[in-house]
Amino acid sequence: MDTESIIEKFKEEFNSDILEIVTKNQKRVIITIMPDSIINVAGYLYKTAGFRFIIASALHTKRGFEIHYHFSKDAVGLILNIHVILDKNNPQIESLSNMFNASNWIEREMHELFGINFLNHPNQEKLISEGNWAEGVYPLRKEFK
Amino acid sequence: MSKKTLIPIGPYHPLQEEPELFKLYCDGEIVKDIKWETGYNHRGIEKLSESKTYEQIFFLVERICGICSSSHPFAFANAVEEIADIELTNRAKYIRSIIGELERIHSHLLWVGLAGHFLGYNTVFMWAWKYREPVLDLFEMISGNRNSYAMFKVGGVRRDIENSKISVIRQVLGDVKRKTDLLTGAVMDDPVIHARTKGVGILTRQDIIDYAAVGPTARASGLAIDVRKDDPYAAYPLVNWKVITAQAGDVFAKAEVRLLEMYESISIIEQCLEGLKKEKEGDIAVKIKEIPEGIGNGRAEAPRGEVFHFVQSDGSNSPVRHKIRAPSYVNIATFKKSCIGQTIADATISLAAVDPCYCCTERMAAAYDSNSGDKIMNANELINASVKRTNEIKKTINSQL
Repeated sequence: MDTESIIEKFKEEFNSDILEIVTKNQKRVIITIMPDSIINVAGYLYKTAGFRFIIASALHTKRGFEIHYHFSKDAVGLILNIHVILDKNNPQIESLSNMFNASNWIEREMHELFGINFLNHPNQEKLISEGNWAEGVYPLRKEFK
Repeated sequence: MSKKTLIPIGPYHPLQEEPELFKLYCDGEIVKDIKWETGYNHRGIEKLSESKTYEQIFFLVERICGICSSSHPFAFANAVEEIADIELTNRAKYIRSIIGELERIHSHLLWVGLAGHFLGYNTVFMWAWKYREPVLDLFEMISGNRNSYAMFKVGGVRRDIENSKISVIRQVLGDVKRKTDLLTGAVMDDPVIHARTKGVGILTRQDIIDYAAVGPTARASGLAIDVRKDDPYAAYPLVNWKVITAQAGDVFAKAEVRLLEMYESISIIEQCLEGLKKEKEGDIAVKIKEIPEGIGNGRAEAPRGEVFHFVQSDGSNSPVRHKIRAPSYVNIATFKKSCIGQTIADATISLAAVDPCYCCTERMAAAYDSNSGDKIMNANELINASVKRTNEIKKTINSQL
């Protein structure tokens, strides 16, 4: 299965949830989706389409908080970035850690460094600075110097 | 209720990008649960990277890991070159792959040595580390440094490998190959090593998918994932080689994958050296004007697995976001699967099997009684427990002969 048919299939499956698709080349595709649909999208990629979860990268931008969930389809060398934009004042999104363990640590890390809340995370404790960092100070936010 | 003993391993790993503290909860000899804490050596590299220029970041990410110091610059270069849409010269591609593969050889030799040490085979430890030395000497000849080679930059490499050096590299590789034969023979045929590592610390295919583990850890469980093959970069599409896999998922399978991978690495380097001869000397980099706005997903296959770098550029001379994921970040989490139900003696080698930077662990590992807080085992005693077990197996096997 090549990249185009993978993306076509994805479009059929989640037509109403897709905000934007950017195809840089056959190996790099960025799809912006509605944050509410992340569980369905990740579930489809992981369980049905055979994608591997690489990691997630959070960003703090003018638009608010953004997360790129990086998924890899190793058979075709495709990295699919599932991109969500979260609310500026109350960034939160469903956790994927009940689906696969791979996202457990990175969600804790994003919670700690960006203050993004992961709903229904099995154990959203601090990952890096357990007990020795001030509450409510998020070092990877842009205002932190 | 049975009394559980808490055995912490860690926390101080100053040489590793992921220092961690493992708490082993044991009931008698058996590990019942494992918890981990990370971040003891968090250096804020992602934040720091936002304040540096693209040229400077290569030196920063090179210092994330001491053992595989070229894999992070490799992935970062791939990410930035994807944003700027840069095509390298063939000579630069070959040189990058040579550096990457030499590093794989010395990193795997290091692991074999450490694994031998944990099993009580100090001869294997001394052999492997002795055979590793000539590879480091090669790095010194090529880059001027035995480690942290500073070879990478956007658009190519900083130093050429002159054609006059090719024969020296060939000669050293020939030596390394002969020594690897010796080592592989000694490890693969030893009944005691079989008894200590087969069926120990098993990770199933499903465990690997669930934890998204990468590198030799994944390949030893039957998943043929390798960035060099799946998403080819540098000179890997220009040479012939195969992805080594094993099916068992135990410690032995991981050792087997690493040992056999060294032969593939040697073969890749030899083909790259052949390729170098056909390219013009000094043609090692293309000129870069600026890095445009955009997103780059760069990855490279480090000795321990896939290194992933996410870079977002706004068109200025430094990134607005740089996310780094080292392979151990996902591999370490599999301990929850590989160690629970094992004995303490086997947990030592199961923890070492995914090749975290383990050399500092032994100094700090200690066992505590969870009720009284009394220290009941120290680092050496933990290793001795492992060595004792090897000796028992040796005795049994010898008596059967």
